[in-house]
Amino acid sequence: MKKNLKLIGNPVPRHDALAKAKGEQLYSDDWVMPNMLYGKVLRSKYPAAILRGIDTSKAEALPGVHAVLTAKDVPHNEDISKFGQMRDVGGGFEGLYKVLATGKIRSKSEAIALVAAETEELCEEACKLIEVDYEPTEGVYDPREALKDGAYLVSSEDASNRIMRSKIECGDIDAAWAQCDAIVEGDYFTTPHEHAYIETEGGMGWLDENGVITLRVGVQVLEHYRTVAKIMGLQHTKVRNMSVPMGGGFGGKEDITVETYLALLVTKTRRPVKMIWSREESLETHAKRHPEYLHYKTGATKDGKILAQEVSIVMDGGSYTYLTPWVQMYSTYAAAGPYNTPNVSIVSESAFTNNTFSSANRGFGGPQVNFAHERQMDKLAQKLGLSPVELRRRNLMHNGDPLPTGFIPQGHNALPELLEKVDKALNASPKPERLPDGRKVGRSIACAHTVYGRLTFMHDSSRVSIRLELDGSVTLRAGVPDLGGGQASSLCQIVAEELGLDITDVHPYIMDTHLTPLSGTTTATRQLYMSGNAALKCAGVMKGRLMETASGILGYPVSNLAMGDHKIYLVNDPAVNIPFVKAVANLSNDGGELETITQFNAPFTEVPDLSNIKGQLNPDLTYTCHGVEVAVDEETGEFEILRIIAAIDAGKMINKNSCEGQVEGGAIYHVFWPTHEDLKWEKGITRANSFSTYIMPTAADVPDVETIILESGGGLGPYGAKGVGEPSDNSIAPAVVNAIRDAIGTDLNLNLMPVTPEKILNAIRGVDMEH
Amino acid sequence: MSEKVKIRLKVNGEDVTYEVDAHMSLMRALREHYVWDVKCGCEVGECGTCTVLLDGQAVKSCLTLAAACDGHEVWTNKGLGYRDPLTARLQEAFVECGSVQCGFCTPGMIVAGAAYLKHGGKADRAAIKNIISGNLCRCTGYVKIVDAIYLVAKEIEEGRLTA
Repeated sequence: MKKNLKLIGNPVPRHDALAKAKGEQLYSDDWVMPNMLYGKVLRSKYPAAILRGIDTSKAEALPGVHAVLTAKDVPHNEDISKFGQMRDVGGGFEGLYKVLATGKIRSKSEAIALVAAETEELCEEACKLIEVDYEPTEGVYDPREALKDGAYLVSSEDASNRIMRSKIECGDIDAAWAQCDAIVEGDYFTTPHEHAYIETEGGMGWLDENGVITLRVGVQVLEHYRTVAKIMGLQHTKVRNMSVPMGGGFGGKEDITVETYLALLVTKTRRPVKMIWSREESLETHAKRHPEYLHYKTGATKDGKILAQEVSIVMDGGSYTYLTPWVQMYSTYAAAGPYNTPNVSIVSESAFTNNTFSSANRGFGGPQVNFAHERQMDKLAQKLGLSPVELRRRNLMHNGDPLPTGFIPQGHNALPELLEKVDKALNASPKPERLPDGRKVGRSIACAHTVYGRLTFMHDSSRVSIRLELDGSVTLRAGVPDLGGGQASSLCQIVAEELGLDITDVHPYIMDTHLTPLSGTTTATRQLYMSGNAALKCAGVMKGRLMETASGILGYPVSNLAMGDHKIYLVNDPAVNIPFVKAVANLSNDGGELETITQFNAPFTEVPDLSNIKGQLNPDLTYTCHGVEVAVDEETGEFEILRIIAAIDAGKMINKNSCEGQVEGGAIYHVFWPTHEDLKWEKGITRANSFSTYIMPTAADVPDVETIILESGGGLGPYGAKGVGEPSDNSIAPAVVNAIRDAIGTDLNLNLMPVTPEKILNAIRGVDMEH
Repeated sequence: MSEKVKIRLKVNGEDVTYEVDAHMSLMRALREHYVWDVKCGCEVGECGTCTVLLDGQAVKSCLTLAAACDGHEVWTNKGLGYRDPLTARLQEAFVECGSVQCGFCTPGMIVAGAAYLKHGGKADRAAIKNIISGNLCRCTGYVKIVDAIYLVAKEIEEGRLTA
């Protein structure tokens, strides 16, 4: 590996930053076409009902309305959900994707009909004229109820509400309890969490001159074009998404959004159609982080050695399967926390309910269990009379220690170091009991291990291509959906580094299903790891060809040559060199290949036995530690976050600004989740369907995040990098609540989200609101 | 059909005449005329990404009636960037400081920041946070956005740039 890196690690401007800052970047909504129509989805009036019939005649008769479609108009209304994986996994991991409602209506977000009309107002008018005959039913809104015998059945297609059950065991949990001197037990609930990207879902579609359904939709998973083709009964070659950057994704644009609807409306009307969801529709319709009901029992010896961890998890999958089984694997895998625990039992179940469906949200099942196990750690420390930091110090996994499945993570584990650094930073000065204004101060530290890269039994792969231009610049092509993390720019940085160029010499063309190599999904914190490695490999191939060419010209063996500063030079005497562009010219003149595509494969494993999961599930883990200081007003229960320390081992930073941006942004993405960000679900209805009722942090609500970024070099990504996108938001939520606990001195009312000022005030007064 | 109103206004230095629905917001009117750097995030004044300068004041254009802007002057982030050195510098500072991630809140953030600096705002992180508290960002955690506005405020205070 290269030792003297010139570009890697620098905060170089991303290729798209200036265009975005100048307001030049065009997103999904920033596009119109001649003769264009607008599209709209009619959603269900009820969260649970039987769809008895639909009469669209009045809507169709409205002048200016060009299409009103229901399930009978969809060539193949049902398909098996695919999420860009390259392998048919089966085995309960792939659920039903139904385009338009039939039979039982499963949630308010169910799409009943599609409309295309001359204006958005006409679309709304037409939706009102669609007569839907509903037979409302009772529904079920709690997955624990849904799993009981005789529960209301959510779907017309399944015999049970159960989506999946899985188990991880090691040691002998039953025998372990007798050896424990201290045992703590607790129930936890985590709320559905909204992505709240500032750009809602939307895009355009049209038929090109060859009849190809062409989409211009910002999505995290380009590979949904295959699903659209299957729904339409077309060859995969006949659906193209020339995608655009997203105004935020965070997992919420991982499932299919408007693509199929546009394809149907475009095919019916033969005109371009634009569909943009309102904020209300976005909040009520797209997937949420799975609400989880967790029970934890943790036991340790009196000197603070954890012996046993028993966990049961019930996940609310909502109305459709989507990514529930994958998310469940992550929750189950991470449930015991990053601690050495000889005896573990983790059982998880997921169920359909009539709530909005649950699927991916940054962290993907990790943050729910992290909230619970880190709350447990602080309670256990309290019981043992140890400091929470000391209890963690005595139990953290180190390099070489196995996870409960028996798998020993391959990458470096920096948690012991991260914990000490955060402790030092947070407690640099002794904690005051109170602030001068009388508010009580609390501090806490929490740890997490979060996977990066997709589940290894999905056999993930990524492809990147490079073309050398005759002027010495480089075109990089990658089907990398860019949701704002700088995914594409990092690839340019890697290629420029390897070829001894400036980042401005490498221009990325990205995310067009039919013109860029498929790089896989921008999910699972996988792009830097997967596509970064593919880019590194691709640059290596090109470098090899150019070095051979230079060797022929300069008369020295390749092993004596190096690339840098737009030259290929003799290592011992850089004055002996040829310009990069000359090497390209010679390669071209000799008939050499100026263009190449390479593929990187993740480690492959087989689908595990869900009743007894063993071995490797993901490529590697990223480790984080968050420190939080709060001030609590005992008169009102209100609290303020005074400090946030966010520490991570990034392995190697590719772009310093991008990496810090993830760590800062991740912390703030999750800081209000346990306390403020509540969708206020009531029997399948989203009461908080605006940004004035769904409260996320503004700049004035949060302190500057203090970041600590280690670079161990111990990751599986290029140059030893680890993924940071999702890990960055793990471990802050429990740190917030544990800091509140530290301030008020009680665990009352701090276990079931949302932890509101009312609950904090009652906790201070000794009133239990959770039982 | 809704009633149409003809309005004359100055958009990014150019005199324009828009024919708009009487109930239409300034945000919709601008976007209908391809002023696409004015983004739509919520349409009810909660996210701030549609922030523009109306007669020099930062306003949420989704809460501003287009018809009421007859005879007034509107500047957006993109327009300011090409004509106003301070905004151009702030845009560069957003790039330098890594303040741009998805970029969807960025135009509104920059207009809010430019308005702050034009009205004599100081290099004071708490004050900057306050002034952008009507602009939501879900990517950055705000740190680097505040960094960029602070950096330019500092340059003004040190006389390297005029507000």
